Amino acid sequence: MKRKHRRLAILLAAGLGLGSAAALTLFAFRDNLVFFVTPSDLATRARAGETVRLGGLVAAGSVAHATIDGQPAVRFRVTDGRSSVNVSYIGVLPDLFREGQGVVTLGSLTPDGSFVASEVLAKHDETYMPKEVVEALKKSGHWQPGNGPPPPAASWNNLPVTKNGG
Amino acid sequence: MIPELGHFALALAVVIAAAQAILPLIGAHRRDAALMASAPALAFGQFLALALAFGALLWSSVVSDFSVYNIAENSQSVKPLLYKITGIWGDHEGSILLWCLILAICGALVGVFGRALPASVRARVIGVLGATSAGFVLFSLTVSNPFVRLWPPPLEGHGMNPLLEDPGLAFHPPILYAGYVGFAIPFAFALAALIEGRVDAAWGRWVRPWALAAWAFLTGGIALGSWWSYYVLGWGGYWFWDPVENASLLPWLAGTALVHSAIVVEKRDALKIWTVLLAIGTFSMSLCGTFLVRSGILNSVHAFANDPARGVFILVLLALVIGTALALFAWRAPSLLPTGIFAPLSREGALVLNNILLCSIAAVVFTGTTYPLFAQLLAGAQLSVGAPFFNATVLPLAIPLFAAMVVGPMLSWKRAALAPALMRLWWVALAALAIGLIASLRTDALPAFGFAASAWLIAGAFAEIVERARLFRVSLGASLARLAGIPLAAWGAAIAHAGMGITVAGIAGMAIADHRIVAIHPGETVELGGYRWTLEDLRDAPGPNYTARLADIRVTRNGQTIALMSPGRRSYPLQRTATTDTAIRTNLLRDLYAVLGEERDGKAVLRLHVNILAPWIWLGALVMAFGGGLSLVDRRLRIGAPVRRAAARAVSA
Repeated sequence: MKRKHRRLAILLAAGLGLGSAAALTLFAFRDNLVFFVTPSDLATRARAGETVRLGGLVAAGSVAHATIDGQPAVRFRVTDGRSSVNVSYIGVLPDLFREGQGVVTLGSLTPDGSFVASEVLAKHDETYMPKEVVEALKKSGHWQPGNGPPPPAASWNNLPVTKNGG
Repeated sequence: MIPELGHFALALAVVIAAAQAILPLIGAHRRDAALMASAPALAFGQFLALALAFGALLWSSVVSDFSVYNIAENSQSVKPLLYKITGIWGDHEGSILLWCLILAICGALVGVFGRALPASVRARVIGVLGATSAGFVLFSLTVSNPFVRLWPPPLEGHGMNPLLEDPGLAFHPPILYAGYVGFAIPFAFALAALIEGRVDAAWGRWVRPWALAAWAFLTGGIALGSWWSYYVLGWGGYWFWDPVENASLLPWLAGTALVHSAIVVEKRDALKIWTVLLAIGTFSMSLCGTFLVRSGILNSVHAFANDPARGVFILVLLALVIGTALALFAWRAPSLLPTGIFAPLSREGALVLNNILLCSIAAVVFTGTTYPLFAQLLAGAQLSVGAPFFNATVLPLAIPLFAAMVVGPMLSWKRAALAPALMRLWWVALAALAIGLIASLRTDALPAFGFAASAWLIAGAFAEIVERARLFRVSLGASLARLAGIPLAAWGAAIAHAGMGITVAGIAGMAIADHRIVAIHPGETVELGGYRWTLEDLRDAPGPNYTARLADIRVTRNGQTIALMSPGRRSYPLQRTATTDTAIRTNLLRDLYAVLGEERDGKAVLRLHVNILAPWIWLGALVMAFGGGLSLVDRRLRIGAPVRRAAARAVSA
């Protein structure tokens, strides 16, 4: 086989490899990109059944134990200060899950408007707030990070709704 | 006083590294033997200076000198000695210093083991390492200084993140860094070859042991990290495809490709330009992995801006190192003449296929990891790319890779026929088919396929040894004689391939793992995976710097007690944080895994898992690293007689 043919064969193989990698990537992107939503835009941006990440604060006084399908579960509300969403989760909550603190949940919207979480992330220390939650609070107009620390987290779901956000 | 000594030693290291970068390179350019000979001494000097700096930080940590800001932030006087030592690399400044120290050790090692190299090559390799080192030690000295003092010193330090107080994680960073930084040596060899304008078989022989060593360390480091997340985080998973994990996987994929393509350079004097590019690419991935992820840019664009000086310094440094290397490549690579010719269907061809597939996987992982960053920067969209994406893209590419891993070693160099190779593998295919069919009776298609792939890989590794020994084809005595003559490198390759098979079996096993979440009172029993789990007691247990709540679980099977487990939750008052204490009992075929959740109305929420073959995931990685190590001690690759001959030939050429 001539050098030219050999090169062509290798180029073809490399093209095939990278081509299929690109095709796989694009194909997988169609279904597997997980968008971040806030409680305010959950209803408009997420279709029922689509996996999204919902972030916000755990509304104070909203955490209740429950039993779903015979398994121990938790129900709580996630709020961004403007609207809140009922979330149910079967499983063991992370160690740092607290009322009034930032949380990011992975799950999907059910037709009745509640959110079923398959994962709950609150794995950082007490003062940390997930950046998505910071964004959510900024969007809802409750906190501009430039203006100092956020108001006490426990008061979030009682704050008046401001108009400049969003 | 001691921290100032460390600070001074760090400054000294910058100066020595700069000298190490300049003098040997000038010497090699002018063919000045004296200047070239200064390289090992300078490399050794830089190592000593950084060892002194590191020792000073170690001392400050051990005696709990809280006037050092870094120690006050991350240590506390009651911390056990082990974690005072390992806590040094638990934070940003200390881990960068460790990174620099390992890079200096690399330079010193080339100085020690590189005596057989031609003087100009050795000078250039050490010079390139010095230039890289100078940049990063300067980074440590200026914007990431671990010796900054705090006045007045606090009486007590903040303490370390309790998650990090763990023996598994304590040794994880040095091993992982040895892998990351180890690829600096192939990188330096690649640049030296580009400056020299010559890559030949001898070059492949010089590079391969260093690449192999780094690869083995990286394999071990990734496995250790994965094991840590399995037993410390208590989520029941072992790999989450998060940016930090992907950042270690990327250089591993590129490094695996490098280890294979270097064989072609060494044996057949082909694929030279590609291998040089791969050596540059692997180290670039290592750099991006360590620094971009450590700076938090992938997790959060905002975290990066917290310390703009650091961010800008690192970005400029990365651009300089990677940019210079690529520019040099673009300039000099065309002068490297290809020589070896081979047919597409040959051992070389199979190794090319391996490289294409590994690089495709790396490209896919890279895209998935960085896409959220670009989506946010360019479109302002907040999104993440989760495990389903990586599973959907990596798996289809892994299948042909696994096929090639077994068929490739059966092909002959230069030109091969596929049919005879496949004929010799009939029993391997049969074994894979049988295992796959048996598994498919009990599990879904995908795990069954995983078990089949695992059998294919492990049996294929045996087949390679059988083939080399001509077992059952010549007399047993002759076979044994051939067996004894198989080079260690071939054993290493077969063992590493079998290790991959073991890991795949573990991953397939985890795919059929069973778990259950229950809320039970003490005294109650639940069933899972054929075991009866009885919650016997819930109790408090005090620890040195935490308080714990433990659940005592007795696991029985057919009336016999298999294990007593005590998962718990710890709370650390000083750090105001809590951790999960996972309980794991293994018999190497399955893990019993228990996590204690919250308590409600006297009931404890428990998450119980039966993870089939889970330990094989990390066992396989250890076997892979061992295979790499075995190849490393092969006579051929050691800096011994054959290399010296090759070196002599290269010089006379």
